Amino acid sequence: MIAFVARRLALVVPVLFGLSLLLFVWLRLLPGDPARALLGERATQEGIDRVNHLYGFDRSLPEQFLLFLERLARGDLGSSIRTGQSVVGSFFERFPATVELAVAGLGLAIVVGIPLGYFAARRKGGPLDHLSVGASLLGVVVPVFFLAYLLKYVFAIRLGWLPTAGRQDVRLDATHPTGLYVLDGVLTGEWDAAWDALLHLILPAMALGAIPLAIIVRITRASVLEVMNEDFVRTARAKGLTRAVIRRRHVMRNALLPVSTTIGLQAGALLAGAVLTETVFALNGVGEFLFTAVNHLDYPVLQGFVLFIAVIYAVVNLLVDVSYAVIDPRARQR
Amino acid sequence: MSPTTTRVRRLIAVAGATGLALAITSCSSERGTRQASAGGEKTGTFVFAAASEPVALDPAFVADSESTRVANQIFEGLVSIKPGTAEPAPGLATSWSQTDDGLSYTFQLRKDVKFSDGTPFDAEAVCFNFERWYNWNGPLQAENISNLYQLVFAGFKTSDNPALTKGIYKGCAAQGDAVTITLTRPYGSLIPALAISSFAMQSPTALKQYKADDPGASGDVRRNEYSTAHPTGTGPYLFESWEKGQRLTLRANPTYWGGKPKIDKIVVRIIPDGTARLQALQSGEIDGYDLVAPADVQGLSGAGFQVLPREPLNILYLGMNQADPLLADIRVRKAIAHALDKQAIVSQTLPAGTKPAEQFIPPPVNGYADSVATYDYDPAKAKKLLEEAGAVGKTVTFNYPTGTSRPYMPSPEDTFVAIRTQLEAVGLKVNAVPEKWSPEYLERIKAKTDHGLYLLGGTGIMNSADTFLGIFFGRKTVEWGFEDKKLFESVAAARSARNLAEQGEKYATVSKELMDLLPGIPVAHPVPSLALSPRITGYVTSPLAAEVWNTLEIKG
Repeated sequence: MIAFVARRLALVVPVLFGLSLLLFVWLRLLPGDPARALLGERATQEGIDRVNHLYGFDRSLPEQFLLFLERLARGDLGSSIRTGQSVVGSFFERFPATVELAVAGLGLAIVVGIPLGYFAARRKGGPLDHLSVGASLLGVVVPVFFLAYLLKYVFAIRLGWLPTAGRQDVRLDATHPTGLYVLDGVLTGEWDAAWDALLHLILPAMALGAIPLAIIVRITRASVLEVMNEDFVRTARAKGLTRAVIRRRHVMRNALLPVSTTIGLQAGALLAGAVLTETVFALNGVGEFLFTAVNHLDYPVLQGFVLFIAVIYAVVNLLVDVSYAVIDPRARQR
Repeated sequence: MSPTTTRVRRLIAVAGATGLALAITSCSSERGTRQASAGGEKTGTFVFAAASEPVALDPAFVADSESTRVANQIFEGLVSIKPGTAEPAPGLATSWSQTDDGLSYTFQLRKDVKFSDGTPFDAEAVCFNFERWYNWNGPLQAENISNLYQLVFAGFKTSDNPALTKGIYKGCAAQGDAVTITLTRPYGSLIPALAISSFAMQSPTALKQYKADDPGASGDVRRNEYSTAHPTGTGPYLFESWEKGQRLTLRANPTYWGGKPKIDKIVVRIIPDGTARLQALQSGEIDGYDLVAPADVQGLSGAGFQVLPREPLNILYLGMNQADPLLADIRVRKAIAHALDKQAIVSQTLPAGTKPAEQFIPPPVNGYADSVATYDYDPAKAKKLLEEAGAVGKTVTFNYPTGTSRPYMPSPEDTFVAIRTQLEAVGLKVNAVPEKWSPEYLERIKAKTDHGLYLLGGTGIMNSADTFLGIFFGRKTVEWGFEDKKLFESVAAARSARNLAEQGEKYATVSKELMDLLPGIPVAHPVPSLALSPRITGYVTSPLAAEVWNTLEIKG
């Protein structure tokens, strides 16, 4: 197992290097000048030139890339040209918000999606099946931001049950040792703060979780149906095993393999969805910061954040592969 | 695994699902009670939603509106703004006088004022601030760091850049309760300029203790310890805490010399999305936000929210690039001016209360001329002028930005459509070139010569024509595409007038000249507004958006 993980980790390094290079070139091929985006409509050409010089944007591309690599080796990703904040610092300042959101969104999708898909498959053709298939189709089709505004309008503005934006009521003077607000409330014993943070999470998690939920339902359903028709299930039944044991040991264990792959792949979609969800719900996470950075052509931030996200994506997929190996011993030998 | 564990697991699953369902349903009651208590017991907290995080809290380094909004609560300058107007008024200086040559200003300082760290505000502190700005060097001279200092004072003590060595500041002398600032050459707008928050007075002790001019660990002076955790001024509120990306908290200053704040605590939270700000106000999570989208005004006022308009200190114009041979012809420019029905553009695409513009500066600004050449809406005359110029049926390029909403230009796409229709009605063909505002559109207008008609404008940062005519027409630019040495000289002369009265006269002459030259057409002065919860009273809007929140009250 350790060799397996090490091999996979070693593969990540060239991938990240390639990604950095691609991103570096691609960013600089975008039309526009970051200094102009920074200084706005009343900037003078001299002012723009000076800012470009200050941040080294007037040097040749290979030179800039080498400088970037040299800094990267020292763990320095530079600082935002817009706000002056260090890229590493601002990433970790915002990362907890994104983690909380992603865990809540994906958690919701898994906790609701797998049982729903399973029961839909067991009662194939029944009303629950039709409902879940229909709803999951809707989940994939409706754009995240539309769903987000709709949820807000219904649950926050019309019904007034849930807050519309942010991570916590700012009037609560909560302490945040980890930056994961729900956990912080639990750790510090500030139960009202934890509860408030949880309430703030519900709508964003629903908006972000909708697509993965829909996909998980469909994959689980299809996968369970397929496995139930396999020969070994018939054999198990013939052996006289109880239905509960067949379901747990034979059906679910095999059916979950494609589902866990899907969950891993959803991590990428989840980060993309987080950009929109965080913006609509003002969660001030990584995605929202990235959104602002794109609008300002903030090269260092874009570069650093995408790199971080790639690392996370790689790690999540590694974890999925490991879980694969746990569920299916055959994968360990590969 | 035994059947028992299966049953236990199933139980856990059911319990979890029930818990979730309960959580979702029960929040209705919870939410309800919390809101009621917030309204009922007068929490004494004013929550304002900013569109972006303040860049820095050291006002000397920032010009963005979110940083300035916070700085206006913590800091004060020698000169302040008379509430509700754009007029300079006594601030930390109770009065001032200047010599006839316009080279020396003496300020009488307010007595018994203390910075929030307990150190006295006095003549030495004033000179310390002026000398601090003047001595900045290296990266502190970058356009994005000391933008406003460069705009007003034009240079530093030393600089690698020769253009930045010819500043107007000469020296500062402290005499008891008075301070004399001397200049190397006259600068007519010094008094209104000193009301800009970048020139607010900061505690010398705190500036030194927390190394305000040092880049610090982050490598950027705007993110150093002073600017993120210890901004120290004389204003009605004190900095309390800043949780990056989430909220910034201010507390009432117990030793404030002026009108004591009626609200104990201010929380500025960051909600970048416009719709999210609107919804947060509607649900009672915030008490106010700025720059209400024109489309939301009616809905908000209908639902009992306050929508407070600001007197506009801005201009939206239709530029006409003279590098384009068609637009180089004054007859074509005049024809376009006569083709525009400004009143229709205003009522179709701009916020209620907006007035059509006649000059490139808004009426409250010093330098607004009594009368200028006007070009009334007259399609027949426009057609005749186009015929004379042989331009009937010609195609004119029209650049406009997309995906942006500026205070002076809330919905450029709509404004473009209105103008295009009017141009086509007099026989011009329009080649529409939409581009993303930043950086594509800005680059097209400011750095490339191939634009034609275009929409742009500006918002004043002080009550001076410098921030309009001085910036637009101070020299040859790619934007306007013309060279007129006489005009540029007149602007320079107005800038260096000896006093405000003289400057006003000179800029009025420039404004008149401009409407004869017609490099563009002033379209309107759009009214920006801000929205407040019905429970807030006492908000006095400022044309400069320089509102100080010590007058605010929370109704029971």
